[in-house]
Amino acid sequence: MKDKATFRIWRTQPAGGGGFKDYTTAVSDGMVVLDAVHRIQAEQAPDLAVRWNCKAGKCGSCSAEVNGRPRLMCMTRLNSLDLDKPVTVEPMRTFPPIKDLVTDVSWNFKVKKGIRKITPRKPDAPDGTYRVAQRDIDRVQEFRKCIECFLCQDVCHVLREHGKFDEFIGPRFFIYAAQLEMNPIDVADRVPDMKEKAGIGYCNITKCCTKVCPEHIQITDNAIIPLKERVVDRFYDPVTRLLHMLR
Amino acid sequence: MATATTYTYDVLVIGAGGAGLRAAIEAANSGVSVGLICKSLLGKAHTVMAEGGMAAALANNDDRDNWGVHFADTMRGGQYVNNWRMAEIHAKEAPERVRELEAWGAVFDRTPDGRINQRNFGGHRYPRLAHVGDRTGLELIRTLQDHTIYLGVTVHMEHTVIELLLDDGRAAGAVGYDRERGRFHLFSAKAVVLATGGAGRAYKVTSNSWEGTGDGHALAYRAGAELIDMEFIQFHPTGMVWPPSVRGILVTEGVRGEGGVLKNSEGRRFMFDDIPDNYKPQTASDAEEGWRYTQGDKNARRPPELLTRDHVARCINREVKAGRGSPHGGVFLDIAWIKEKLPNAEEHIRRKLPSMYHQFKELADLDITKEPMEVGPTMHYIMGGIRVDSDSQMSTIDGLFAAGECASGINGANRLGGNSLSDLIVFGKRAGEYAAQYARKASQPRMDEGAADKAIKDSLSPFDRGSQGENPYNVQQDLQDTMQNLVGIVRTEAEMQEALVRIDQLKERAARLGAEGHREYHSGWHTSIDVRNLLSVSEAITRSAIERKESRGGHFREDYPDKVAEYGTINIMVKPTPGRGMQVLRVPIQPIPEELKRVIEEQKS
Repeated sequence: MKDKATFRIWRTQPAGGGGFKDYTTAVSDGMVVLDAVHRIQAEQAPDLAVRWNCKAGKCGSCSAEVNGRPRLMCMTRLNSLDLDKPVTVEPMRTFPPIKDLVTDVSWNFKVKKGIRKITPRKPDAPDGTYRVAQRDIDRVQEFRKCIECFLCQDVCHVLREHGKFDEFIGPRFFIYAAQLEMNPIDVADRVPDMKEKAGIGYCNITKCCTKVCPEHIQITDNAIIPLKERVVDRFYDPVTRLLHMLR
Repeated sequence: MATATTYTYDVLVIGAGGAGLRAAIEAANSGVSVGLICKSLLGKAHTVMAEGGMAAALANNDDRDNWGVHFADTMRGGQYVNNWRMAEIHAKEAPERVRELEAWGAVFDRTPDGRINQRNFGGHRYPRLAHVGDRTGLELIRTLQDHTIYLGVTVHMEHTVIELLLDDGRAAGAVGYDRERGRFHLFSAKAVVLATGGAGRAYKVTSNSWEGTGDGHALAYRAGAELIDMEFIQFHPTGMVWPPSVRGILVTEGVRGEGGVLKNSEGRRFMFDDIPDNYKPQTASDAEEGWRYTQGDKNARRPPELLTRDHVARCINREVKAGRGSPHGGVFLDIAWIKEKLPNAEEHIRRKLPSMYHQFKELADLDITKEPMEVGPTMHYIMGGIRVDSDSQMSTIDGLFAAGECASGINGANRLGGNSLSDLIVFGKRAGEYAAQYARKASQPRMDEGAADKAIKDSLSPFDRGSQGENPYNVQQDLQDTMQNLVGIVRTEAEMQEALVRIDQLKERAARLGAEGHREYHSGWHTSIDVRNLLSVSEAITRSAIERKESRGGHFREDYPDKVAEYGTINIMVKPTPGRGMQVLRVPIQPIPEELKRVIEEQKS
């Protein structure tokens, strides 16, 4: 491995806008992109803004676009990148910039509040506990691995290219809704909301979200498509519609 | 006044990990207005990193378990200098706190009969840790976060508190800034709950994220509160040692709970060579018995790898120092060996320890189902913290409460794995409940604007010095080296006295820190504020460690290697004295009631 590498990092201007600036720094075996950014911060650019916490791929804070791909900086090893060329590091482009690599992701927190919360059934035992089989929650647990890095939101073209922030909740919140819908103790119904408020119809299952998920959650196949099927069964299937009318 | 906004709440919670969120929930549910401040985005706090599980005597996997056994285990782990009342409350209330999480959306792993599954962990007599694979902390914080957002709590994300404000000796609120723009804000509150977590960043090798800078410890101390047990630091025995950039990141004890064994470079399972007498009756006599224990055999005793963390950390330290370490200065932790025992071992490991598999694969290029890991001790947890009333969690300052890692008492000299997550929800709930109760009776305090102005001016002083000032990162790194090398796993009087000299020098340098540019999301400036807190915490650790001239739990002195009975009846306390700096005092532990003593004795067999 080379002992120096150049990182082309997005720096914002206080007045607005921004541009790439090159920083060359020492690198060593085992380093990740976040290490390089930290080294640059400590040695060359103390005011360089970067959001991070755990450095172990568990908190989902250090999301960015590395060489154009949405990644967690803490989980992107330098030996997986071509260091003969500058490595570009830029903020998630779907969200409004705050400073340098930090973006305003507050929209995500607002969206979550709009999703119907868990409504548990009556407990199964007098001590308030439930009896649930492991096989019935395997899928829910897959969704609950989500670390809320919002890389799936960043890459989703409904948000990124079409800016449907008011009509579409994005892959992260389809997973959130799906884990509630599939939780065996939950009795709330989110299917009408998926159609009317969440804009699930906008998703045309290109699976970009699944590809960038650092937790390897099968977002499209396991969450979005089953939710779409529930919407179709409820609202578009002729037999079900007839039954609903008769009820 | 240089502040942008003043917010007014009944209860202000500082910190949004498990304890802070649980406190906010309880306070909000009781009908008072609640503000919640977090240094990061909501849901990113260090709780997210907890892996193994939360300890609660649900007795789902072994019906011999009950609160008494959990209490006795906690006291023994803490070497009997715990606040026994907190240990009792914790053991009694943890099951209910865990159960209520299910109705809030937590999805725990299940037993074959559909109940919450519990796993074995070091120092716990029975399988007691409710868990979700090896990402229990994520499950806890997400559950509490998703519950909180529907309760009308106002969340201030990416805000840092720089000083607590008092009104005639009682808590009145806080002053802080938002990271995004660097603007200052006043928070007026009738009651304040500190839930700021730990101080791992005082050390070079730590499992803690950047947030663990002892803010709550230092804020409370500067406000005049008492800190106790600061000498007790838990070095988790198994942190990653390679690559350098992830040195210190945790490798869950769950690896050993699932059958992982520790070996030195000679291939010897060295943990069998040093089993403390008081644990001998409960420790396996050979490898075969240890294996059976990890597979749920109720008649087997636990392998020595699952002895308390302080002991395992020192054993690893000794192997490395004796030249029997691994290539990168650790020892080997091997889970891959279980393929000798299980037909589908690789898949079993990936299912039981998914994030460990992922972590080593991605960060170290190592497949834990095939090769052993390299691990070594890492600063993981501080048992010491703000001295609180055991029932209400109120500190020695009226209206100032504390819960979770920044508070002290439940763990004594050493914390058992799994007792932290349950501590967060048991005492987070109590802190929220009693803070709300206090706030309902209290009048809105007067805000000391002079004190707020001074705090703001002090915190901005690095910009006056600009590039002429000291680099805050350098001061932080020098402090981390000092604490790592001089007040680490094995301590001596001479080294700790040297540490005090260096801390004094670092304080002088910290008074000259510089920052350039604008205040928006300025990491260098943020570090200059963190350094001040880390210095107070480091001094408290060092002075307390000098005062305790014995070895006990997370405090080991080479010059006093044995436990001394007289120190078993006291806690070391520090508090500020005007004009005289940090004062170190001994406070007697209240005598333990007869019925609790009996509970402990019954479990000693």
